[in-house]
Amino acid sequence: MVTQITSFGRSGLYDWMMQRISALVLSLYTLFILGYLVFNPDLTYDQWSGLFETTWVRIFSLLTLLSIGVHSWIGLWSVSTDYIKATGVRFFFQSVCGLVMFVYVAWGIQVLWGL
Amino acid sequence: MLVSIYRYNPEVDDAPYMKDYQIDLPAGKDLMVLDVLQLLKEQDSSISYRRSCREGVCGSDGMNMNGKNGLACITPVSAAAKDDKLILRPLPGLPVVRDLVVDMGQFYKQYEKIRPYLINESPAPAIERLQSPEEREKLDGLYECILCACCSTACPSFWWNPDKFVGPSGLLQAYRFLIDSRDTATQERLSDLDDPFSVFRCHGIMNCVNVCPKGLNPTKAIGNIRTMLLQRAT
Ligand code: SF4
Repeated sequence: MVTQITSFGRSGLYDWMMQRISALVLSLYTLFILGYLVFNPDLTYDQWSGLFETTWVRIFSLLTLLSIGVHSWIGLWSVSTDYIKATGVRFFFQSVCGLVMFVYVAWGIQVLWGL
Repeated sequence: MLVSIYRYNPEVDDAPYMKDYQIDLPAGKDLMVLDVLQLLKEQDSSISYRRSCREGVCGSDGMNMNGKNGLACITPVSAAAKDDKLILRPLPGLPVVRDLVVDMGQFYKQYEKIRPYLINESPAPAIERLQSPEEREKLDGLYECILCACCSTACPSFWWNPDKFVGPSGLLQAYRFLIDSRDTATQERLSDLDDPFSVFRCHGIMNCVNVCPKGLNPTKAIGNIRTMLLQRAT
């Protein structure tokens, strides 16, 4: 067993499953937004902000936001452990990724509930 | 025919280089790549490579022929060469000892890690541990592996993490013991594999399936291990 403390869930199986679940959420959300845009060709601002005032859309958007964080963390963590061999540089890269993802999630929440 | 061979003798060369040889092959006969090497040895006796059974059983002469890993003894020149040129390099990703000879230490270490032997704590029966034909059938496509390392050295995930990722060959063997009805260490074996590297570094690139000289499918075995882990954990 290879020990890892910087991976998302420490277990390979858990990371693998989260990667797939988050991918599913992301594709469903993409379909939902695309579908909404296609079925509402002359969209107004009121309609658009009204959509994001509904609780379920906010929940769905938050879920998607968290999925982006999880998905990109697992993905970029894999990339960093493949290609960056120097521990210091790798840890720095992982920290930057972690910070950016956290900022995106927090900022996204502010946008969603600030409308 | 032009044969270009990777040459490196760490005792005299500063860096590896490619050396070209011109050779006339007997007409009307499709030689194996290993035969060509054997003929070249008459020209230049310093060319080094491993070989033993010369019929695809021992797995010693795995090498990279025009960009694809395989066993030199069972790869016809016609299948390997492109534009009448044969390019021979050592298996990628492992340290080169000399010319086409690589240090397989890392590869064997991964093999050792999966405990490639039957573990059974129950008292041995008087004669033997029996298996039904159906149980035995599950080992087909797994036990045939000859550990030639063609697959693992064709795998990018193994190139980047040869110390952490078990690699296609080791995982094929791991599944061979996980699925054996006579083995009782299934749970411990699975626990040893449930980290982000050992199994899960496989991204389904499938180079292993493409090169295996025995026609085995490590990707499928890896998928089966994943399913076993998933079934256990959900
Ligand atoms: S799975 Fe095939 S390519 Fe890989 S070591 Fe075994 S025989 Fe060689």
